[in-house]
This record gives sequence, C-alpha cells and structure tokens, in this order.
Amino acid sequence: MLPSLVKRQQPSTLMVYLSPVIALILSMVAGVILFLIMKVSPFGGLHAFFIEPLSTKYGIAELGVKATPLVLIGVALSLGFKAGVWNIGAEGQLTIGGLCGGAMALYFYEQQGFHIIPLILATGIVSGMAYASIVAFLRVKFNANEILTSLMLSYVAVLFLNLMVHGPLKDPDGFNFPESRMFSDSALLPILLEGTRLHIGALLALTVVAIGWIVMSKTLLGYQIKAAGSAPAASEHAGFRRSKVIWITLLIGGGIAGLAGAIEVSGPIGQLQPSISPGYGFTAIIVAYVGRLHPVGAMLAGILLALTYLGGETAQIQLNLPVAVTGVFQALLLFFLLACDVLIHYRIQFTEQAVRVENT
Amino acid sequence: MFKKTLISLILAAGLAFGASASAETKVGFVYVGPIGDHGWSYQHDQGRLAVEKELGVKTSYVENVPEGADAERVIRQLASSGHNLIFTTSFGFMNPTVKVAKQFPNVKFEHATGYKRADNVATYAARFYEGRAIIGTIAGKMTKTNVVGYIASFPIPEVIRGINSFTLAMKKVNPEAKIKVVWVNTWFDPGKESDAAKALIDQGCDILTQHTDSPAPLQVAESRGVYAFGQASDMKAFAPNAQLTSIVDNWNDYYVAQTKAVMDGTWKSMDTWGGLKDKMVEMAPYGDAVPADVRAMADAVKNGILDGSFHPFQGPIKNQQGELVVKEGEVLSDKELVGMNWYVEGVEGSIPK
Repeated sequence: MLPSLVKRQQPSTLMVYLSPVIALILSMVAGVILFLIMKVSPFGGLHAFFIEPLSTKYGIAELGVKATPLVLIGVALSLGFKAGVWNIGAEGQLTIGGLCGGAMALYFYEQQGFHIIPLILATGIVSGMAYASIVAFLRVKFNANEILTSLMLSYVAVLFLNLMVHGPLKDPDGFNFPESRMFSDSALLPILLEGTRLHIGALLALTVVAIGWIVMSKTLLGYQIKAAGSAPAASEHAGFRRSKVIWITLLIGGGIAGLAGAIEVSGPIGQLQPSISPGYGFTAIIVAYVGRLHPVGAMLAGILLALTYLGGETAQIQLNLPVAVTGVFQALLLFFLLACDVLIHYRIQFTEQAVRVENT
Repeated sequence: MFKKTLISLILAAGLAFGASASAETKVGFVYVGPIGDHGWSYQHDQGRLAVEKELGVKTSYVENVPEGADAERVIRQLASSGHNLIFTTSFGFMNPTVKVAKQFPNVKFEHATGYKRADNVATYAARFYEGRAIIGTIAGKMTKTNVVGYIASFPIPEVIRGINSFTLAMKKVNPEAKIKVVWVNTWFDPGKESDAAKALIDQGCDILTQHTDSPAPLQVAESRGVYAFGQASDMKAFAPNAQLTSIVDNWNDYYVAQTKAVMDGTWKSMDTWGGLKDKMVEMAPYGDAVPADVRAMADAVKNGILDGSFHPFQGPIKNQQGELVVKEGEVLSDKELVGMNWYVEGVEGSIPK
C-alpha cells in the first residue's frame, strides 16, 4: 500500500491546531537522533537549544532583540504574499533603510534632541519605501517579475552600503577601516530593560503585528489583499485594481523592512558596517510562511526562529557542537513545521490503486 | 538601609564565590568563519587546540559569527558563562568586544587585528606583510607571462599593506612583472574566490596569490596548471603541485602564552604585532616546482627580515604618482603601516573607495 495525498473538501480544523504539535514532536525525535549521532546527551542538547537561552533576564531580552527584525519583516511580507506579490528583496530594503537611517544618525553626530530618533526611524521607513517603489514601478509599468527585480536590487543595496562605509561615511579616526563612527547616545534607541539590549524597537514590532492583524481582518484593504491573492480575476471584476494592491503591499513591505534596518543600526549595532543584517530579509520569508501568512503567526514564528539562533549559539558554547549541526537542527524544525501544514489541506490515504499501478 | 547592606553582602559573597569558582580557567574563542575554511578560522582553532593540549584548560568556541548585532551577544554569553579569557578573532568584533569588556571588568579579552584597547582588552595581529615580501620575490622570479594575479578581500590597511609588500618585492627581482588585483569583498566565499581565480588566469596570470581564506583559488590553480600561494594555513593538500609555499598564521604560541599569563595573574593589556621573528608568521615548505636559486633568494629575504638587515618597507619607495614617500635608508614606521591607504608604484588601478 502506498500513501498518497488527497485534498480535503475543507481545511481540517483539528489539524490547524494539531499540525504544529506533530511538527514539534517530530523535530524533538529528530533532534534526539541527531544529538545521539553527535554523541551528546539528547536532554542536554534540547535543554541548550530551548531552555538555557531563556533562563536569564538577559537571555529573554536577547530573544526580543533577535526577533524584532524577523517579526517586523515577517508581518510585512505576509501581507504581500497573501496578495500574490512576491517581494523577495526585503534584505535590500532593510539595508537601504539602515544605511539612510544611519546616515541621519551620523548627520546629528554629537547633537542632542528628542527629534533625532524619530527622524532616524522615519528616514528608514521612507527610504525603504522608495527602494521598494522601484520594484513596484517596474512591475506595474513593464510587468517585470518582482521576484527577480527585488532580489537583484538586494545585491545592489548591499554593495551600495559597502561603497558608503568605504567612502563618505567612513569613521575619520578609524584607520581607514570600513566602518562608520559609533553613533552618539542621542541617536541610540532607548533601552526598555536596564542591563540588557532590549530596545523600543521590540515595542514597535508588537505594534506592527497589531496593526497588521487589524488591517487584514477588519479593513477593506485587507479584504482586497486577500481577494487579489486567492481570486485575482474575481477581484479585478469587483473593481479592485491589481496595480493598487501591488503598490500598497510593496510600499508596506519596503517601509517596514526599512524601519527594521534603521532599528538594527540605531539599536544593537550602533554604527554602520559593511554588513548590517545576517540575512534577516531572507529569513523573514520563512517566518512569514511558518506563520501561515498571518500577522500573529508571523510573530510566533519570528520568536521561534530567533530562539533557535540563540539556542544554536548556546549549543556551540556548552556542548562544543559545530555550527553545522545547529543549522541542521534548525532546518529540521522548519521542515517539519511546513511539512505538517500539508495535513491541514490534505489527508493521507493508503490506496489500493497505487498497489495495482505498481503491479502492472 | 539594612536591606541594602544585606543585598550588597549577598552580592559580594556571590562575587567572591564566582571568583573562586573560576579558579578553573576557561578560554572562549569567537570565529568569523567556519573552522572548515582551512584558512583563517582554522588556524585560530589550531591555536585553541594547542591551548587545550599544553595547558589542559577547558575551551569553547562559536564559529560563523556574523560581524554585526549578534557578535555582542555571543561574546557576552562566553563572558557570563565563566570564561576568563576570550579571543575575538575578526576585525568586525572590535566594538562588540569593547562593549562587553566594560560590563565584565574581571574577564580578559583579546581582539585580533583591531586598534581599540582597554584595561582588560588587548589587541594582537601578525605581520603578514613579511611573508608577502617572500612570496613576492618567488612570484617575480617564477612568472613567465609577467602577470601575477592577486585576489583581495576588503581594501583595509592590512590588505593594502600585503599588496604593497608583495609588489615591492616582486618588482625588485623582476621590474617587468605586473600584478592584477581583483576585489571579492568577502573573507570567505569559495565560489567567488574561484571565479576570481579563473578570471585572473584567463587574463594571462600564471601565478596567483590571495588575501581570502579558502583554498578554492589554489584548487583552481591546480586544475589549470598554474602556480599559487597558500593563505593562512599550509594548503598543500588542496594543491600539491600548484602551491609554491604558504604564509602560515601561527597563533599557538601566543594563545598558550596569554592563557598562561591569565592563569598566573600576570596578564596585561597590550598590543602585540608579531612577525617571522616571533614565529607568529611562518612559511610552509617550498613546493617542488621552486628551483634552488629561487629558494636561495627567498631564504635571503626571510633571513634578512629575521636578522633585521632587511625591512619589506625600506626606502626608496615611491607611491603610484611617482612621488618619493620613503627616502633611501629609512623604513615606514609601524604607525604609518597600521593606517596604510595608498598603493606603491607599480600597482595598477586604484583602491576602491
């Protein structure tokens, strides 16, 4: 008997809740096997991954720091993906937002004032939007595939950042190393918890989650986005312009990714460097999908992914595991999460037919 | 008031306990690349293993740490989990190291290739440019096409210094030889590095040298039948015929000495810039392809550096514009070398800004 997938008439409500649980159990089992292969105690491994990082106040704060950009961008991308607008280039929009926000911080070097931080964040949003609008323009005007244009523009953005930190924005006292000055205190995000790095960006991320949820569930715009994605022809027929949806979702994605970039440079990094993101814009695509393109889901997924990064570091320090093993475990977890989601819309059936096909 | 005293007493007891518990020395290492780069991070890990072997202390490491927001957390995690000495082995870890060091005054930090120090932050680096003078000499003698390829990472002083030292040595033995520099903007990316190697060979280079961390360019050289120099580690295993020699970083002695200093309580913050003389820079054995007379010339440069009679940056040196920068009989000071941001005469192209 061969198993095959049969589409359900209706999504299974049971599986909506059960699938993450199954995924968690499967990845625990896989983790135990992986840790046994590596000759470390499975309990110690799982403890290092999921419990240890959360055992101190600092650890929990770091989870917030790491999750902030992932949640922000994850929410923004899930709106676009829902509408069938494939913005793969959040990394570039983040980089431009960080660069322009950082340039603003350097412009106000050694100045005081409460206007500086709002200006940095606003610059991040506007520049990220501007960068994403290139993609929107090319798509609407020339029907250029946004997957390609947004991805290619990411590389342009990173190289442009390189150009700037090697040139005009270089620290004048930095021995020609490609880094900007450290920002002055008035350009650094206020800290929420004394003695940690948790900054107000985390609150902004929560606000974005709430706004995203309201937009998607309560507004006409949210309805238009969903309709554009699930029934493009019907939605056009109803008078929702496709170009409007493309513009709006790309501007939202670019703006929030740019905000995330500005938060990163004026938060935990505190200066401009040749690289300001270890691929948050790309990881956020996984976040959006693990969160099933729902703002609250994206928040949970962002926190989960952040936890696996912290856990990976702890596992390296405490168990001397190589980074590749922590990467394998992280990937297994995501694989099971996405694979189990299939069960929501499909059920497994053991058909006789498959056997007969084999026999003939 | 009483409560406050009680709390501070408990805290003091905690600190005292913490101090006595850390009588056992633990050393942490932060690597920018994977250990499997067989170059930069690999050699630092060799140093870590030497510390474990010779002193029997516990060590831990975190590899592939991005230079950005994550570095500070990793360094802090090492500091707060009982490590008394932490080596951060990439330039981009400088500011995070200094930040964490402020919060952990009792932990000693050692940052490679940076310039910011504090009471508990020392810096160290190696004079790789000394090795570049030796391989520049070999390249000048052995190139037939008179075009040598140079795969460079980032236009920071360390890399510029290497290009200049190589070029000066090469031009000295072969004024006709030229170098072509390709910037790959990465320390470790085997794909990009081998693309650069192929492009350079296609442009007529018959010898390659690199300031990136993977053995990929050597493998390309091996398969295309040209020569190349290894980087950071002896890469002969990847290119048995192509590797002429390799500039090997040797951190073992330094790491063992600094760990010992922490154990004895004699550790002090300082700046160490070791070269051939300190065995922090070593040369791998010459490949079979290097003829005896070239070996002799390379040895002469090496011995000159060792006994102080030769300096890779001794005058007369002209810059690209042909202006005399270092007069006959003078050498560039360490201070000038640290911030070097200009090409010597004979390098083509300009430094990317």
